[in-house]
Amino acid sequence: MIAVIDYKSGNLCSVGNALQRIGCDYRITGDEAEICAASHVILPGVGEASSTMEALKNSGLDKILLGLTQPVLGICIGMQLMCRFSEEGNVQCLGLFDAVVRKLRVSGELKVPHMGWNTITQLHSPLTGGIAEGSYFYYVHSYAPEISRQTVAVTEYGMPFSAILQNNNFFGTQFHPEKSGAAGETLLTNFLRL
Amino acid sequence: MLAKRIIPCLDIKDGATVKGIHFLDLQSVGDPVELGRKYARDGADELVFLDISATNEGRKTFAGLVTRIAENINIPFTVGGGISSLEDAAHLLIAGADKVTVNSAAVRRPGLIDEIASRYGSQFIVVAIDAITIDGRWVVTTHGGKQASERELFTWAKEVQERGAGEILFTSMDHDGTKSGYPCETYARLCDSLSIPIVASGGAGSVEDIADVLTHGKADAALAASIFHYDEIPIPVLKQALHKKGINVRL
Repeated sequence: MIAVIDYKSGNLCSVGNALQRIGCDYRITGDEAEICAASHVILPGVGEASSTMEALKNSGLDKILLGLTQPVLGICIGMQLMCRFSEEGNVQCLGLFDAVVRKLRVSGELKVPHMGWNTITQLHSPLTGGIAEGSYFYYVHSYAPEISRQTVAVTEYGMPFSAILQNNNFFGTQFHPEKSGAAGETLLTNFLRL
Repeated sequence: MLAKRIIPCLDIKDGATVKGIHFLDLQSVGDPVELGRKYARDGADELVFLDISATNEGRKTFAGLVTRIAENINIPFTVGGGISSLEDAAHLLIAGADKVTVNSAAVRRPGLIDEIASRYGSQFIVVAIDAITIDGRWVVTTHGGKQASERELFTWAKEVQERGAGEILFTSMDHDGTKSGYPCETYARLCDSLSIPIVASGGAGSVEDIADVLTHGKADAALAASIFHYDEIPIPVLKQALHKKGINVRL
């Protein structure tokens, strides 16, 4: 069973629908026993970093996440909360990735939020098996994790940032695989095979 | 690099697509989910579903349809048509829509934009603007272009952005349905004066028209209906042609 962590911060049905499309059983849950017993854990998220971090802490989910040994995937804000620190609301995060989440600083005609389809390159992760260099994924965000030694895929938007982070059993994607067409489904399938 | 987006728009009446009769390979050409899946497979970057039902019964059918779309479509989608309250938007969010689009209701009551943006975020709200030129001035219209309002296009667009819209979908009612191309100078002026993405809609008759609005018009995306529904320009053909012209698209 796959646990999709519910920390009462927005709409979780997109991730659930995507898991259903690739034929997986999942449960949306905030229950410690269920999360710990799951084969895979997904931390989705929509929202602002400091308030979502507070929601995680209030529910005690921060400590549970730190102790997980099965594969864990953070998506978008979920990934950002797994980083060390976020400039959005200047908040200390979980520190599962050694990276700081910074505001996208762009110039010229580039717009923030970064919204739409962009490419991922410099792929070095089991998550990107069968996915070609330069494949497109769907993004909606104004903050992004900097490049770090745990960066295993890079996207450029005014500046390069971490598209995928990986540290042991912890993974994170800044893009939304659940909205990224066939490439996104391949990535989710790769994660669930770990 | 961020790709320019190609967005088919499906008009839905009483739960069925109004156009899209050309596709012989679909089992049910009337089923919006099946047509949406076909477009997603063909390389559409997003989809828009607009409810044009005139009855309450029809609108209820649409809400159920949004849930099915969310379950079956693996790319982002926007829904619109008759959204006039925060509650309407909330129902569609819960049903799984990635964005909602508001039009006449926002002209009537601009505060609706603030309400939706502050509750669900700017990424969730697209404001559609239909305008016509009257004596050389762009006037915002409502009710599908039938009623002229007091508002001027550029000041309204700026206000919409300030109120928290995440994107603007601009249709020139002078060009809509004519297949004669887009008013590219107007699009370029809009794009230069705003910091949110602009989606071009209405007027595309050829690959060149779409290429023009994405380059000279500086639009971030192009939305179209009939050229896709009647297979005049299939999405893979369009994207290959744009790619050959040096426009960055997702292939």
